[in-house]
Amino acid sequence: MRYDISLTMTFVYQAAAVNARQIVHLMPADRPGRQRLIAGNLSITPLPTRREDRFDFFGNAETAVALDGAVKEVDIRLQARVEVTGSAFPEGLPTPPDALAAEIAGWRDLGPSSPVHFCAPTMRAPADPAIAAYARDVTATNRSVAGRVEALGLALNRDMTFDPDATTVDTPAAEAFAERRGVCQDFTHIMIAGLRSLGIPAGYVSGFIRTIPPPGQPRLEGADAMHAWVSAWCGPHVGWVEYDPTNATFAGPDHVVVAYGRDYGEVAPVKGSMRTAGGQTSDQAVDVIPLGSSD
Amino acid sequence: MITTKPLPDSSIGDFLSGYAPIPGAPDELLDAHGSVRPVWTDLITHLASRSSEQLDAQFARGASYLREAGVFYRQYGDADRSERDWPLSPVPVVISQDEWTEIESGLRQRADLLETVLADLYGDNRLTRDGHLPAMLVAGNPEWLRPMVGLRPASGRYLHFVAFDIGRGADGRWWVLGDRTQAPSGSGYALENRMASTHSFAGFYRNANVVRVSAFFKAFRDGLNRLRKEEDSRVGILTPGPMNDVYFEHAYIARYLGMALLEGEDLTVIDGQLMVRTISGPQPVSVLWRRLDANWADPMELDETSRLGTPGLLSALRAGTVHMVNALGSGVLEARAFMAFLPRLCEVLTGKPLAIPNIATWWCGSEAERAHVLANAGRLMIGPANSLHMPLEPDRETSLGGELRPASAGSLAEWLEASGPQLVGQEAVTLSTTPVWSEGRVVPRPMSIRVFMARTPSGWQVMPGGYGRIAASDADPSAVSLSRGGSVADVWVISDKPVIGESILESGSGEFGRAQSGWLPSRAADNLFWLGRYVERAEGTMRLLRAYHGRINEMSEVSTPLIPSLASYLEARGISTEDGIPDALIGELGAATGSANRLRDRFSIDAWASLADLQKTVERMSKSVDRGDDAAVAMGVLLRKITGFSGLVHDNMYRFAGWRFLSLGRALERAISTVHLLQIFADPIAPEGGLDLCIEIGDSVMTHRRRYSVNINRATVTDLLGLDPLNPRSVASQIEEIVSHINLLPGAGEAGRLSPLAKAALRLSTDISVHTPETLDAKALSTLAAQIYDLSNDLGETYFN
Repeated sequence: MRYDISLTMTFVYQAAAVNARQIVHLMPADRPGRQRLIAGNLSITPLPTRREDRFDFFGNAETAVALDGAVKEVDIRLQARVEVTGSAFPEGLPTPPDALAAEIAGWRDLGPSSPVHFCAPTMRAPADPAIAAYARDVTATNRSVAGRVEALGLALNRDMTFDPDATTVDTPAAEAFAERRGVCQDFTHIMIAGLRSLGIPAGYVSGFIRTIPPPGQPRLEGADAMHAWVSAWCGPHVGWVEYDPTNATFAGPDHVVVAYGRDYGEVAPVKGSMRTAGGQTSDQAVDVIPLGSSD
Repeated sequence: MITTKPLPDSSIGDFLSGYAPIPGAPDELLDAHGSVRPVWTDLITHLASRSSEQLDAQFARGASYLREAGVFYRQYGDADRSERDWPLSPVPVVISQDEWTEIESGLRQRADLLETVLADLYGDNRLTRDGHLPAMLVAGNPEWLRPMVGLRPASGRYLHFVAFDIGRGADGRWWVLGDRTQAPSGSGYALENRMASTHSFAGFYRNANVVRVSAFFKAFRDGLNRLRKEEDSRVGILTPGPMNDVYFEHAYIARYLGMALLEGEDLTVIDGQLMVRTISGPQPVSVLWRRLDANWADPMELDETSRLGTPGLLSALRAGTVHMVNALGSGVLEARAFMAFLPRLCEVLTGKPLAIPNIATWWCGSEAERAHVLANAGRLMIGPANSLHMPLEPDRETSLGGELRPASAGSLAEWLEASGPQLVGQEAVTLSTTPVWSEGRVVPRPMSIRVFMARTPSGWQVMPGGYGRIAASDADPSAVSLSRGGSVADVWVISDKPVIGESILESGSGEFGRAQSGWLPSRAADNLFWLGRYVERAEGTMRLLRAYHGRINEMSEVSTPLIPSLASYLEARGISTEDGIPDALIGELGAATGSANRLRDRFSIDAWASLADLQKTVERMSKSVDRGDDAAVAMGVLLRKITGFSGLVHDNMYRFAGWRFLSLGRALERAISTVHLLQIFADPIAPEGGLDLCIEIGDSVMTHRRRYSVNINRATVTDLLGLDPLNPRSVASQIEEIVSHINLLPGAGEAGRLSPLAKAALRLSTDISVHTPETLDAKALSTLAAQIYDLSNDLGETYFN
């Protein structure tokens, strides 16, 4: 499946900001077997004093931007053409949950896709007894790791209400879970915390999702949003799978990956810092336009 | 050589009677037969030759040195985070040079090993790939910083300054108890320990062949200076700031080594180069001795919640423009789990065993070790593998036999089975004991030693002693931790040859580094300016309160409109007249102390002590002082104290840019408050007595009497307090001072052209000089006030941003 993706983010500062620094994770990933980046361009206005394009530890494209002078507005624009070439459904010999701990303890790879990075709690997906107890209950009868991943995702999808007004970008996962409300970021962090409590390595995937307009209505431009879902390691044979608890599905051709990390903090689309006296407002518009399948 | 007269053995015997080492633990002072070890003989002979009263008196000299030097630390967990006196145990720990040389060589091996391991952890990961180290332990370590992976330090080295905690075990051998590789603290305190020792043991110390510690610092400083890229770039010490538990040490060592003490917000990264914001614009820094934990160092790529860091610092590291001492991420080795693997890693990497072993540690992630821990649980501390706490400082989850395991974990066996990879078991520590002075006699207490090492061009230098830690009780070695009531002792390495040369420092004359001048960070300038303003404001408040409380008893408020008028003037400044000592005054002094606290590296100890005394006095008075005369008298006391502080600062401070900002703050505050005073109390409609009040507040009563033959009137008061250039308290004098300081600040006049700020100051000065008492009316005063406020804002925008 091919897509043309365009995104615009605008930050407006009430008082001119100086020494603005941003780290941007927006360029879709180029991951053989999963997704191909055909072309991509990320532009920043005004022209940065310094710009570094590099890959972070997990292999995500990241752009570091420094704007030394006073700025009142920063625009970030992404245009990319992507082909999703594979899905992230579980395939291969299932691993029994009890065998996972020994596999990980003996694991020798410290590279970016090693499961060892995704076991310990992180700031935005910390250990929480309520989430752990819930995860234990809803997965108790599953005999494979991948089965548990799906069971937890389905249960969360059933028990949580999607509610954009219930949480903000900084609401702790435990709080969103207690309310059983939130957006994709909350669903994802709760599921990560739950999987890790079960001993299943789990991480955060940020990306885009193709949205299908209601029947009979045209697609609204700029109405698509950035999305988040979970990646989970299901043992040496199955490896990594991706599950989208907001939509109760394994990630397939509709899920375009931008970045993999341990939680949102590592892959936030734009992380920023500046010296400014006033506040800031931001705005974004996203379009994910399918180009039809390519084979 | 020692020239103490030989004493009959009985005096030593008397002195040591009742000194009973703990069975099963070796004692530093006495050997297994109860005889004094040779290296201790001279010190014990000295101590035994004196009465306990004499010893108390000589130890008090050391304690009083520390008090006067203002040595303190903060204790985490204190609700008020108050400063605590430094808990020095006066009797040093004594070690022979021969034994110390062995320790040095063993720890050099360990430091080199740790360097190699770090390079692998952030490099090609051979150790995990070959199965010598579990990958999950590294990945789960909060100090293993992913953004640092693959980023080689500019110097090629990760470690430059490390410390090891060592203790002597039951078998008499030394053991490493903990590796401090991130930002070890204590070296500055070691210097102060030594200073206190030289006071306590004045005559004896000089001939006791104690190896000096100051050469170590000189070598370290020279090593840092040599890392610099260019001669004109700087070396700074990066501190988390005044709320840190050992901020005293950061300020002390910055002053001692002549390095800038910097906080994260002082720094900025411009085009890949780390810069300090100074009053002369950004200046490059190429070496940072980091006393800030790595995770806080850059909110962009490390802990995003940090307010202590510098956005973009990692970019500067990637660009290779700055040396970080130690590299970000070096704290990974402090996790106790490494102790389980280092013996093996040493064999693998060097082909030799560790010369000094570390305490035996088993990682419960593998079957065989788990079984060992379970079988020996009774003598093992069991807890989190990636805890950065040392075995001597157990965290809440670590305990003998794993007794503090979570309630949900079930039996020990179940816990080990379910959470093995997250756990380690460590041999419970037995430490040797050393004599401690307690209530007129010496008693044995468990101790450990922190050994500091610095990388220099000629290899690792080891600080010879200086820092021992002593447990609060003889039963519990874990009490060597300061947070558990332990204390600190000097450690003397005794040479068998005479030690020559008092260093400049050890003779007590202070720092040896020449401060890098012409380099005032903007934040420091800002704090100095506000310190000047707050102190002046507090002084003004005291004068107003003295005038108010002195009058309410003499006069009836009903018949004297000046009193309510003065009260409402005070209220408008936020100062209550309901209490003898209003909270606002305490607040103003607190603000002054707060500013001064962030400038500790720039102040004399006397000035600091004087400000602290002022703060304490006003807080004490606030509990007892009543309105009226009582308060007026109290204000007199406070005024004498605050002018004492101002005198210490203004008379003794070196006349560089920092002093100018302090003086500017004082002059601006004084100018503005005098203008306000004239606006209200020298106004034609002011209540009777207003003019007298003005000259009293303006501290110009005597001058007025001498200067004017006529009775007091509006013109004489306006002239004296507003326009008279010879009266040091007049507005005109303040403005003249402001102009002269501003003209000498960086960038004030380049190529013969005045900066906008200097122009504004000059305009103000011209304006006031053409006024007469008659033209300086209400309207002119209010214009003047506005101009002064604008000047203050312009100053801030020019130099503090």
